[in-house]
Amino acid sequence: MLRYALKRLVSLAVSLAVASVVIFLVVEVAPGDPASFMLGINAREDTIAALRSELGLDVPKWQRYLAWAGGMLTGDFGTSYTYRTPVSEMVAERMWISLPLALYALILSTLIAFPAGLLAASRRGRTSDMGVMAATQLGVAIPNFWFAMLLVLVFAINLRWFSAGGFPGWDDPVQALKALTLPAIALALPQAAILARVMRSSLIDILGEDFIRTARAKGLSPGQALWRHGVRNALIPVLTILGLQFSFLLAGAIIIEQVFFLPGLGRLIFQAITQRDLIVVESVVMLLVFAVIVVNFAVDLAYAAVDPRLRQKA
Amino acid sequence: MTRNLILGGLLSLVFVAAAVLSFAWTPGDVETLDIANRLKPPHAAHWLGTDHFGRDILSMLMVGARTSIAVALVAVGIGMGAGVPLGLAAAANRGGWLDELISRGGDLVFAFPSLVIAILITAIFGPGAINAIIAIGIFNIPVFARLSRGAALSLWAREFILAARVCGKSATRISAEHILPNIANLLIVQGTIQFSLGILAEAGLSYVGLGAQPPVPSWGRMLADAQTMVSLAPHVAIIPGLAIVFMVLGLNLLGDGLRDALDPRLKVVRA
Repeated sequence: MLRYALKRLVSLAVSLAVASVVIFLVVEVAPGDPASFMLGINAREDTIAALRSELGLDVPKWQRYLAWAGGMLTGDFGTSYTYRTPVSEMVAERMWISLPLALYALILSTLIAFPAGLLAASRRGRTSDMGVMAATQLGVAIPNFWFAMLLVLVFAINLRWFSAGGFPGWDDPVQALKALTLPAIALALPQAAILARVMRSSLIDILGEDFIRTARAKGLSPGQALWRHGVRNALIPVLTILGLQFSFLLAGAIIIEQVFFLPGLGRLIFQAITQRDLIVVESVVMLLVFAVIVVNFAVDLAYAAVDPRLRQKA
Repeated sequence: MTRNLILGGLLSLVFVAAAVLSFAWTPGDVETLDIANRLKPPHAAHWLGTDHFGRDILSMLMVGARTSIAVALVAVGIGMGAGVPLGLAAAANRGGWLDELISRGGDLVFAFPSLVIAILITAIFGPGAINAIIAIGIFNIPVFARLSRGAALSLWAREFILAARVCGKSATRISAEHILPNIANLLIVQGTIQFSLGILAEAGLSYVGLGAQPPVPSWGRMLADAQTMVSLAPHVAIIPGLAIVFMVLGLNLLGDGLRDALDPRLKVVRA
């Protein structure tokens, strides 16, 4: 297991390094000099040169890459060109909205998908199965930001149970969670539909296995066999999808934040794009990619811990 | 189940037909503003009502369907065009450095959700439909590369491929003449699914302003415009959303139906 973990760790490091080079190069070829953009068209040459040197734009690209990547490793993301504040502070502040939102959605989607998948698999071919399958078919077709708008229309505008947007801060956790509830539901539902389908088909595969028949022959009821032997074995593919979904939820959170006017990472990155605050774009994108790569690494490890065969294969 | 195939095919056909028809005819003009008739609910003159500029929503949807379909279709083309040869090359080189390189490269691209790719591209070139195509297309490449590599790997162990090798055919010729036709069904089914995901992704990108720009109508843009008017005139938000749902639902049903019709044993990855 240790060897497998080390091997995966090396590949994690390589992936992160390559991703950082790709992001840096892509952003570096962007036309437009941030210094001249910030100072406007009437700025004098020497003022632009002074600002370039202050922002560290006058050193060779490879040095800038090393400074940026090295800084990210120590938590120093550089200084925003527009706000002149450390990018790490800006990101940390916004992260307290986007990350809880993605996690909230992940929990909700699991809470919806597991019972739904279980119900559909245990009642395969019956009305409840067909109902769940029809609902998931619809769930995967609904754009989450549109669903978010419908939620606002019904629960914020008509029923007035929730506010239509904004975030009150974490000082009052109940209000904060309330503000994240509609966005989390909007994010969770389409993902829950995918997860429920995977859960159902994975369980159906398992229920056809010999060990389930053996369990039934021992005298276990179908429900007991499903619960004691089926669910645990069916969880492996479900775990993988859950890991994959985290990246979709984090990216989806960026869009959903726009619907609910939440000041999260999404708002930060869209502002940074319009202001040509490239260091913020670079850092937030790297952070998102970092999250995806690390979550996939964790899923791989969890996978190997659950199923010893995978360790040998690698 | 042929029911899926028929229902999905019909739904998809309606949208494609509406998009094609919009080149020749639309019930209203999508470029003329008619402020006096703004935000009108569906009625006889405007079957699906009017938007905040008084434009006919049905016409906007028809023209918007062109954008959605074009973006998603070209993105699938990019994904297949680059991904399938890469996957076939990886399978032909199974276990070798090229296989490793292509597989790891695919893993790397998977770490960039299409929204993130779109953000990067927009940071450089500014927003536009072309960027949406590139972003979704790049995300599709590893999907098709993985799928075709996996399917090709199992074929390489079969006798008929062995026979072709004994005949002295090169790996490239075997891939093109024997492997590709055998995985075509799988590619068609996955293509349908990526097409529907492309429609959703395009809508999302235009919604946040990274996709098609005004005055080009697009479904995501229509929803973004409708957002502030949802309490005044819910139909401007509900109708374009329903169009997206029905189009995606149709394509998904078509994909399921095709899979069942072409080969019931096929397992399709829904990424």
